[in-house]
Amino acid sequence: METISNLWLGLETALTFWNLTYCMTGVLLGTAIGVLPGLGPTATIAMLLPVTFGLPPVSALIMLAGIYYGAQYGGSTTAILVNLPGESSSVVTALDGYQMARQGKAGKALATAAIGSFFAGTVATVLLAVFAPPLADLALQFGPAEYFSLMVLGLVASVVLAHGSLLHAFGMIILGLILGLIGTDVNSGTTRYTFGFPQIADGINFVVVAMGVFGLGEIIGNLENEATRTAVLKSVTGLMPTREDLKRIAAPILRGTILGSMLGILPGGGAMLASFAAYTLEKKVSRTPEQFGKGAIEGVAGPESANNAGAQTSFIPMLTLGIPSNPVMALMIGAMIMQGIQPGPSVMTEQPVLFWGLIVSMWIGNLFLLVLNLPLIGLWVRMISVPYHFLYPAILVFCAIGVFSLNNATFDVYLMAIFGFLGYIFRKLDCEPAPMLLGFILGPMMEEHLRRAMLISKGDTMVFLGRPISATMLILAFILLATVLAPAVRQKREEAFQEEG
Amino acid sequence: MSHVLQKKDFWAGVLYIAFGAAAFWIGRDYPMGTAGRMGAGYFPSVLSVILMLIGLLSAARAFRQEGQPVGAIAWKPLALVVGSVALFGLLLPTAGLVVALTVLILTSAFASQYFRLDPKAVAGLILLVAFCTVVFVKALGVPLPLVGSWFGE
Repeated sequence: METISNLWLGLETALTFWNLTYCMTGVLLGTAIGVLPGLGPTATIAMLLPVTFGLPPVSALIMLAGIYYGAQYGGSTTAILVNLPGESSSVVTALDGYQMARQGKAGKALATAAIGSFFAGTVATVLLAVFAPPLADLALQFGPAEYFSLMVLGLVASVVLAHGSLLHAFGMIILGLILGLIGTDVNSGTTRYTFGFPQIADGINFVVVAMGVFGLGEIIGNLENEATRTAVLKSVTGLMPTREDLKRIAAPILRGTILGSMLGILPGGGAMLASFAAYTLEKKVSRTPEQFGKGAIEGVAGPESANNAGAQTSFIPMLTLGIPSNPVMALMIGAMIMQGIQPGPSVMTEQPVLFWGLIVSMWIGNLFLLVLNLPLIGLWVRMISVPYHFLYPAILVFCAIGVFSLNNATFDVYLMAIFGFLGYIFRKLDCEPAPMLLGFILGPMMEEHLRRAMLISKGDTMVFLGRPISATMLILAFILLATVLAPAVRQKREEAFQEEG
Repeated sequence: MSHVLQKKDFWAGVLYIAFGAAAFWIGRDYPMGTAGRMGAGYFPSVLSVILMLIGLLSAARAFRQEGQPVGAIAWKPLALVVGSVALFGLLLPTAGLVVALTVLILTSAFASQYFRLDPKAVAGLILLVAFCTVVFVKALGVPLPLVGSWFGE
């Protein structure tokens, strides 16, 4: 019954007037920015992060979480209405959602997405409340060796499950790890890679990196293909699904939720993989697979539920282990560190109000999504129809002011410009910037745990294989890597991601 | 088959090697320490060597297999977007927020082929600058100088 009392504590926190307000503001802001074509959840959160800095930690995280699912729902809206998915997780939704919209069933597709997301969000919140505490207990026994191995596993998994070239994903992770080391080494006080600039003696702020590569880099990339961006919109009617529809989507929503919840917990999983896997599953079990890609409502219900469930459960490793499973969680960890909270298993015991408040607020946020977004659909449609050439200068303005306000330093603005340049170049070379951000956040943590583990073992690398939990994780990482490098699997994986694109 | 020098893998490899080599070179004076007592240079050196190896693999792959060409770099948007942000940083303390924002918005807007400086765009510009002034400076209290040092402060 501890879960009940914990949830009660969370309810008390989440239901205060201000936290409700922040939750709602987060959901609304997130949706508003998320519907803008070409802006995925990662870019949206990076852009809106500075808004939350002035808030107390609990409210800040509640608002950020709200922004996250708001942005995700907004992305699905755009994917359905104009076939412009903001991030890979809504690519799948666009397949059938957009076809439905073309057949005049946009309202139905949107309602399906909202209902599916809400159901998935509710289930995932319960899962979070039930599974987080035992996992955190387990994590409390982790020593530096376990943490190091866990991070290796996390990084390997995120490479294997991400799409694109394995080699480049590894390259970008290593590059991110190195960039993360910029600044003063906490153990010896040596300043590393600062080029004598005192502004980065404490390291580069991750918001600068995220806004640079995801904000600026994406804008430049979008401008390159500007001619292809034409969006024609019709007004959205017929929001309410019929009884028939509800019957059709019930099973896909359930399957999507289960699949999404499981995949979300995996490091490297999260929303993208979940929605993609759910689509494949729905197509497999469907009696009319030929309907998929031509406006099958199941093809919206399954993936949308899965991606929301995955988005929620990816909070589990973040909150209990302090390890980000995707770039969005990396941003959340960065936000927690900026609020003075060290993410990890101790958060739950030391900050129960924050932990449980956040969990309960996730459910409330999902409720807001359902209640607010459908009536507001007219507003979102208007936001989508703002032409991109009016939009991106405004985005740049918010990025520039946001980055400046981190430390009130123009230096950070210049740095963001540099990362914007790099972000575009990486994109051109098919080097995904997401693994780099993961590496960037994990760099200092990994070094710290590696050092401690090696100090305790007096330089014996066998420490990582000698301890059972650590060894298990390294072996898992090795197996993952070996399977994906096996030619047969490799080909399958490429085929799988082809289908998605 | 496209030429090696046009391939994405080749240039990605070059980039990794360049970053790895730079990190190794700059980090050569950081104390290495021993495996049991790592110095500031240990972890970065290991990482930069790995990065260089990955770079070599990537470049080698470009020689061995078919690969996609990099394609044209969109120099105009690249220069205008990056440049406008850098200009904002430069102008903020000297000319103040209003000028810096105007320059940022106009410079970056020219990166789009659809942008025309018509009344609608000007209205949007004024609205955005006013919005930022009110929200960020007045309401949120971000210490952004409205008027910079050039105009007497």
